[in-house]
Amino acid sequence: MPERKIRVLVGKPGLDGHDRGAKTIAAVLRDHGMEVIYTGLHQTPAMIAETAMQEDVDVVGLSILSGAHLTLFPRVREELERRGMGHVLLTGGGIISQEDMETLAGQGFPKLFGPGTRTDEIATWIRTTMEARWKDEEVSR
Amino acid sequence: MSDTDTAPRVKAIDARSLWEEALGAARLRESSFTSLSGAPRKALYTPADAEVDHDADLGYPGQFPFTRGVHPTMYRGRLWTMRQFAGFGSARQTNERFKFLLEHGQTGLSTAFDFPTLMGYDSDHERSLGEVGQVGVAISSLQDMETLMDGIPMGEVSTSMTINGPAPILLAFYIACGENQGVDPAKLRGTVQNDILKEYEAQHAWLIEAEPALRMITDVMAYCAEHVPQWNTISISGYHIREAGSTAAQELAFTLANGMEYVKRGIAAGLDVDDFAPRLSFFFDAHLDFFEEIAKFRAARRIWAHKMRDVFGARDPRSWMIRFHTQTAGVSLTAQQPENNIVRTAIEALAAVLGGTQSLHTNSMDETLALPTEKAAKIALRTQQILAEEIEVAHVIDPLAGSYFVEAETNRLEAEAEAYFREIDKRGGVVPAIHSGYIQREIHRSAVRYQRAVEQREKKVVGVNAYVEDVDARPEIEILRIDPAVEREQHERLAALRKKRDATRAASELDDVREACRSGANLLDRFVSAAHAYCTLGEIADVLREEFGEFKEPSIF
Amino acid sequence: MTTAKPQASARMPDARDMAERLLAGERTALARAISWAENGDARYPAFLAAVYPRVGRAWRIGITGPPGAGKSTLTNELVRTLRAREETVAVLAIDPSSPFSGGALLGDRIRMEERTSDPGVYIRSMASRSSHGGLARASADACDVMDAFGFSTILMETVGVGQSEYDVVSAADTVVVILCPGAGDGIQAMKAGILEVADVLVVNKADLPGADQLVLDLEDAVRMRNVKRPLDQGMGERWIVPVVTASATRAEGLADLVAAIDAHRAWLEAAHLEASRRRRRVEQVRRVVGERLAEELWGPLGNTARAEALLGQSITPYDVAEEILGAILSSTPHPVTDPDGPR
Repeated sequence: MPERKIRVLVGKPGLDGHDRGAKTIAAVLRDHGMEVIYTGLHQTPAMIAETAMQEDVDVVGLSILSGAHLTLFPRVREELERRGMGHVLLTGGGIISQEDMETLAGQGFPKLFGPGTRTDEIATWIRTTMEARWKDEEVSR
Repeated sequence: MSDTDTAPRVKAIDARSLWEEALGAARLRESSFTSLSGAPRKALYTPADAEVDHDADLGYPGQFPFTRGVHPTMYRGRLWTMRQFAGFGSARQTNERFKFLLEHGQTGLSTAFDFPTLMGYDSDHERSLGEVGQVGVAISSLQDMETLMDGIPMGEVSTSMTINGPAPILLAFYIACGENQGVDPAKLRGTVQNDILKEYEAQHAWLIEAEPALRMITDVMAYCAEHVPQWNTISISGYHIREAGSTAAQELAFTLANGMEYVKRGIAAGLDVDDFAPRLSFFFDAHLDFFEEIAKFRAARRIWAHKMRDVFGARDPRSWMIRFHTQTAGVSLTAQQPENNIVRTAIEALAAVLGGTQSLHTNSMDETLALPTEKAAKIALRTQQILAEEIEVAHVIDPLAGSYFVEAETNRLEAEAEAYFREIDKRGGVVPAIHSGYIQREIHRSAVRYQRAVEQREKKVVGVNAYVEDVDARPEIEILRIDPAVEREQHERLAALRKKRDATRAASELDDVREACRSGANLLDRFVSAAHAYCTLGEIADVLREEFGEFKEPSIF
Repeated sequence: MTTAKPQASARMPDARDMAERLLAGERTALARAISWAENGDARYPAFLAAVYPRVGRAWRIGITGPPGAGKSTLTNELVRTLRAREETVAVLAIDPSSPFSGGALLGDRIRMEERTSDPGVYIRSMASRSSHGGLARASADACDVMDAFGFSTILMETVGVGQSEYDVVSAADTVVVILCPGAGDGIQAMKAGILEVADVLVVNKADLPGADQLVLDLEDAVRMRNVKRPLDQGMGERWIVPVVTASATRAEGLADLVAAIDAHRAWLEAAHLEASRRRRRVEQVRRVVGERLAEELWGPLGNTARAEALLGQSITPYDVAEEILGAILSSTPHPVTDPDGPR
């Protein structure tokens, strides 16, 4: 039986062009055995959701440093739901305050990662969360 | 040779071996010591490490090759310009911040724009949703520029505008605004960043494809040479390359390579190199490795002087000089224990001063979390003032010259930059190197290497992986929030503008812009005209996007 | 903090459900079915059976070449050209997995970004994963799914000129190999044998020095080739592999490329298509059998432990293999070698 891989979309919504963090995280997730679809810059929420759907990803990770996260992150979520991808694990990082993280936690983003987070912490959290989900799926089948 | 001649030499050799033995026998803190960029560092530098001919390799300040500084008097004559970057929310709010800073002793204005403006979209475009006024000021038309500069005498201040893709359009707004204030463009002083090559490489706020973008830049050079001669047409930037993760050598090399590409284009466009080169300025990062940074600035001056005189044949000494602005490294700041950032910034600023910068921006301590608050911005300015007034470094020119270590580092960085120039040439030049992703890939690799070093604790960062405090503690500082009303107000302003202006005139101006795209007529000239008709940024940028196509980023993985 | 549990019904469709949704044109079903194929989901064979009548209408084009040949840009331009003549296009972009971590960075989509919002285009990134033929199976399966969905053209894009690329693109109807001047890639490719499988050769970056020489070299190689491809035996006119020049960054040569592909299609459809496709299906059967056998042999049948035990008695690996094979073959009737059943 082929091994199941965690498929992660790493994307940058909005006009922010600073992709050092996104590219670094993409490389690190690859080093942790995940398949990373990197969308590139300047994505609209619709483009991110469309890509996530076509690639049937397990996780969508958004990176944003421009302060527009409170608008754009929920939009991505809406677009994913519209395409039947509401089950996807949503996460992200960038310049997001503690307060905003709490707001977004109530909007489908259970955990977000601020500046200075270790990349392997992000990788571990994704793996642990996904493996727990897959176990649940096995059980209910 | 007599005995008395040999005796001292024998003594010196013994002394050195003695020291090397002691070093070899001792237990050291690390197994290897490197610069921030990963370059190996010796424990000690001696004359053998830095054979420099003072007059040929260093020269005197204000003389070729300018290693020691571009002006004969440097800070004895005039201190560096304290130019703090500012901009957020609406033009009205930024105008107030400008006035605040000018009152508190700032000597030049520096404007930050929001993402929609940086990318050539009006505040009411659908892609601008959630982004208006967040990271800088929203400027969608001449009307916004007029509000931005309201009550500020444009003939008397120097204004730097940090914008790239649509820079020529914003410059047109500025020129038109000056004209409306009754100021002759010949009196306007300032800079537009307008450095599109580093956008493709690092910051990614591009507009159109490389070739037409470079043509637009030479249009700006030509127009300003004639009408706005005091304006710096490009601020060739290494800051963003460094912030994207490059090493110091890469920052130096890619910046100067970009600079040389602009010079080539200007010459190819039929301009005399001495007509535009004196108005090229540079913008570097001042990072944490104190000595590497000082050496980098000195190497930059020497390399550029040689290239301009010996490769491009410039005759005017002002063409040979690198004048540069510096910003302390944003990426060196931490969100954890943010007050520590004041210390980091001060040391980086000192490196910039000892490196001979012409103007300086010091970061505020809270910038990892949001735009700076007034209090934090003031401390950042005071940092520069303390350096200027209290630390007594501003009255000796290039004080570190002759240090074996600093001269060795200067030589090393120059050699590494030359190696990169060769690599870029091998790939056919800067533009092919960008299209193939070579430069982006080099930067990305350095970034990943650094991240690994921090996470494996080879590289310590106080507050992050060393001397860490309570992880859940929130920083005790207020965060500046942009009022969502700014976006709403911009929508209203734009709607009103479109109603009020002469629609026929605006449409005709846009046609003229399109015509110029095709005919090769000077685009900045058309933009100024279009600005006066209150064509918006987005409208003009749309024409450019349609005519020239948007840049497509290569995959670098 | 617990994460929300995904909705049960959306995640637990059975093979029939999925087949219905796919045939109804649901793109999420398309994406999910490809994941089933990739992950060896137990429901996939039944799903394929349900949609199989719809498989066979798409034209499958394999695209490969050494790294740096400009394959991604050319593929993007090809998509644009095909869309301009109203074809619907599915792209399978294959990239290598890291041999160290088993992960992959799939960035090909960036080159085709403008296609994301085009409803007539579907792009899927696939990593090579383990190298035991699994990729050839998964990629062929993905094409079947895209075919059943109704795309008129399928592009399988992979990088390299080795055996695994050969395995992947030989599942295509038309194989396009892209080379570019400089760095001796042409010679490398010829050595690696990828030319044996090419139906159309493209010299990309044709504006660079050395392009003309590469074209001549390739044309010579085509002429001198005396490969006995099973297809050619007794099939009448041979297909002469054309060498097309292009410059993807300037969008030049696309019309010629499309014309060459069309010509190859016409040649295949004239007489050889069915045989060609059957041959591929046989390959597919071989692969699936091989994979399933290996799973069984080394899994439930416990032969790994057996091998370890036998080797411990210091006999050679060949003898151990004979032992294991002997045990299997003796327990199954051999219609060919032993018509009377077990020995």
